[in-house]
Amino acid sequence: MYEIELHVNGHVERASVPAGMTLLEFLRDRLALTGAKEGCGIGECGSCTVLLDGKPVTACLVLAVEADGLDVRTIEGEATDGELSALQRAFVDAGAVQCGFCTPGMIMSARGLLLRNPHPSDEEIVEAIAGNLCRCTGYEAILHAIRVVAQQQVEPRTGEAGTKTARLLRNDQSTGGRP
Amino acid sequence: MEKRTTLIGASVPRPDAVDKVRGEARYVDDLAFPGMLHVAVVRSPHPHAKVLSIDASKALGEPDVVCVVTHRDVPGANVVHVIYDDQPALADGVVRYIGEPVALVGAVSRRAARKATLEVRVEYEALPAVTDTRRALESGAPVICVPAAAEGGGNVFNRMVLVKGDVDTGFGQADVVVEGEYETGYQEHAYLEPQGAIAVPDEAGSMAVYASMQCPFYVQGAVAKALGLPLAKVRVVQTTTGGAFGGKEDVPSQIATLAALVAWTARRPAKLVLDRGEDVLTTSKRHPSRVHYRTGAKADGTITAIDVDVVLDAGAYQTLSSAVLWRSLVTAAGPYRVPNVHVVARSVATNTVPNGAFRGFGSPQVIFPHESQMDRIAERLGLDRAEVRRRNVLRPGDRTSTDHRIEESVGIAETLDRAVVLADWAERLSRVEAFNKTHADRHRGLGISCVLYGVGLGGKAPSLDKAGATMKLEADGSVTVAVGTVEMGQGLSTAILQVASEALGIPMERVHLAPMDTSRVPDGGPTVASRGTMMAALAVLDAARKLRERVVAVAREVGIPDAAAAERWSEIARAFWTRNVDPAVEGWAKTEPVSWDPTTGLGDAYPVYAFATHVAEVEVDLATGEAHVVDFAAAHDSGTILNRALAAGQVEGGIAQGLGFALSESIPQKEGRLVVNGLTTYRLPTIRDVPLNARVDFVEAAFPAGPFGMKGIGEVPLMAAHAAVARAVAHAMGRDPARYPLDPPYVRELLSASA
Repeated sequence: MYEIELHVNGHVERASVPAGMTLLEFLRDRLALTGAKEGCGIGECGSCTVLLDGKPVTACLVLAVEADGLDVRTIEGEATDGELSALQRAFVDAGAVQCGFCTPGMIMSARGLLLRNPHPSDEEIVEAIAGNLCRCTGYEAILHAIRVVAQQQVEPRTGEAGTKTARLLRNDQSTGGRP
Repeated sequence: MEKRTTLIGASVPRPDAVDKVRGEARYVDDLAFPGMLHVAVVRSPHPHAKVLSIDASKALGEPDVVCVVTHRDVPGANVVHVIYDDQPALADGVVRYIGEPVALVGAVSRRAARKATLEVRVEYEALPAVTDTRRALESGAPVICVPAAAEGGGNVFNRMVLVKGDVDTGFGQADVVVEGEYETGYQEHAYLEPQGAIAVPDEAGSMAVYASMQCPFYVQGAVAKALGLPLAKVRVVQTTTGGAFGGKEDVPSQIATLAALVAWTARRPAKLVLDRGEDVLTTSKRHPSRVHYRTGAKADGTITAIDVDVVLDAGAYQTLSSAVLWRSLVTAAGPYRVPNVHVVARSVATNTVPNGAFRGFGSPQVIFPHESQMDRIAERLGLDRAEVRRRNVLRPGDRTSTDHRIEESVGIAETLDRAVVLADWAERLSRVEAFNKTHADRHRGLGISCVLYGVGLGGKAPSLDKAGATMKLEADGSVTVAVGTVEMGQGLSTAILQVASEALGIPMERVHLAPMDTSRVPDGGPTVASRGTMMAALAVLDAARKLRERVVAVAREVGIPDAAAAERWSEIARAFWTRNVDPAVEGWAKTEPVSWDPTTGLGDAYPVYAFATHVAEVEVDLATGEAHVVDFAAAHDSGTILNRALAAGQVEGGIAQGLGFALSESIPQKEGRLVVNGLTTYRLPTIRDVPLNARVDFVEAAFPAGPFGMKGIGEVPLMAAHAAVARAVAHAMGRDPARYPLDPPYVRELLSASA
């Protein structure tokens, strides 16, 4: 067993985990954060995408011990004080959600993109979610939802002070071209 | 149109999307129960073998293993009940496909359960396997299925015929006759959420099942049969379902049965969730097909006759094959007026995974051929491909291939006209020709496809075409609705809320759709055949009408004029409570009677038909053989559209699945073994593979017996899309493909053959 300490959606989590436990198992089974889904378990579908220090990773391919000392953001950290983020709202409004199983991973991949590039082009959006499979929508509405947010101002975010993702977000906001 | 001022047709955002974007929607693997065991399946490594012995002692010695279950432990009938009960829940003496369940391990963790399957020793004696329908049909081939299940004799599960008019006369009238052999392979559903179920022993010896599924009443029947329980002691609750596409029609009956057997044996909750590799290898897929067509037409393009032979590879057990085959049979003429029709259709047993329902349900296997034949006739006659179709599509008052005279809601000609406009067909054709003259390395092509889809179960299973709903006015004026068909991603729950709200005259926010639970609504059949929303909406309308009658009566008693009922709804609800008025109603719906004569294959096959025309433009790299869809137009007649955004979502998703079927999705099968590694080697379309500019429209030829004139849409987009894409590739190549998928190796093969 290994002792790990990490930030998950702004909260400090300390745990003792076996070497073989994936980050996805840790999030789902230990923290009851079941938003990240196991669609394949081998990094093919993207349904388990979370942000690790602001970068999208498939949590089924990361060991929990590898996340030691890092900052994890999951879909459960996307809304602020219960309010949907603009990205979540856009997914709802654009009809980008059908069965919803790919949705958390899709949103986290999009969030990862928007963190490093608040105003991506269509091609950059396509590139960012080319590793996330969706079997329901045909992707058109998903592209549209992300495009809507990409053309908006950067979302103001609160909470999670001190985490790396929060710092990234602050950097975003300072350069995000808000009116 | 006055309906535009109402909720009907409005692109209301789906309420269930909010939980889904929060990550709070609970899918089956997100649920746990106290003391819950995890189930793993010991599966056959042989396509056909005797099972000589099963020794579980080593597995039972593992500290985390609680039980090992074999066929001896099945308390009721050892079957997975679907239509014909030939498939055992757990193999008893013989296995008939690689992956067939032989034993179950129940353990305290998933890892322990999966690991312990390796410790269950099963001794087999290999039997001769038949893994190809050609071999299965040879005289002298070993009979590899349960003999009693082979209604057609030998290895033929089902044999059906359709005879209308006289094909010899029809071919005699023809100026051209075109003949072709077409094959399609496996298509995997690849719903993003794998199959899963949790069985929970309940009070008084009953069993509750929570599962990802389309057909809770099928699951209820299957679990009751295997446990030997009355239906009333099995309660099935649908969990949020992460895609289905037909793949969760019959298979959840197996998954839930296996989970229930462990729960029953161990007297503890038991969860079985398949991992992706296991799901792809061991659950149903679209039936591989071999189809032969002969089509005759007059010089003006009018079809005079078709003669069709269909062979579907059913796999080792019947499951849904008879129903799938029936749809191949009655769809073989497509949306065209064909006076002389002869079809023979057979589903054939092989030692491979049993195939089942997949969006389109036996129709894509004949659509690729019938649309290829239409193009070849156009080419032979020097006619435009859209024009040949226009001359043959069914018009109101025409008779379908089953001799069904259809008067109403026949919008195929309008979809064709609309799609041609959306695609700018003639202009685009000349642009494609110009492109091809100036490009030696890549060519473009245009494809068009017209389809007909009978909505509902139709004449093959008329007892399933019904639906129930319950509706309860709560004391605060909110309304609880429950229906017997399910949300699986397609948007049924939103459409039902719109319909209930519209019919009651109250805002959607006041109506709540309860989770699907078989103890809450009567058996209203399955959520399949593009019928789910239409049937549930009809039942909801019936319930709403009954509740409205009571609302009007109570309002009158307390002096509220009917015109003010909406604004003073809460007061009326309160008066129900204070005056002891029954606030609960039940709604029921059934379709118009259908008829079908199995000896001729003729009859009024379906209550109504949906139609579509798709136009695809592709670009083919002549060196690599890669085909890419660059433009798409789709026009649908599904009657009145209840929610335009949801309907467009069905079309866009169906286009993606259809182009995947035509271009990339396949699984080679070698001696009964599927050569595939989950989603790694199964090529699903990504965002890079789909047209992100599809133009979608609806012509809405209203169906008078449907809810607000609606019929169904779910399966139709996929059905139309694949052939439009395949024929576009054919146009670009100047060659007619004979099989799917049109992946780079096959395209290169066709191109080199033309050199």
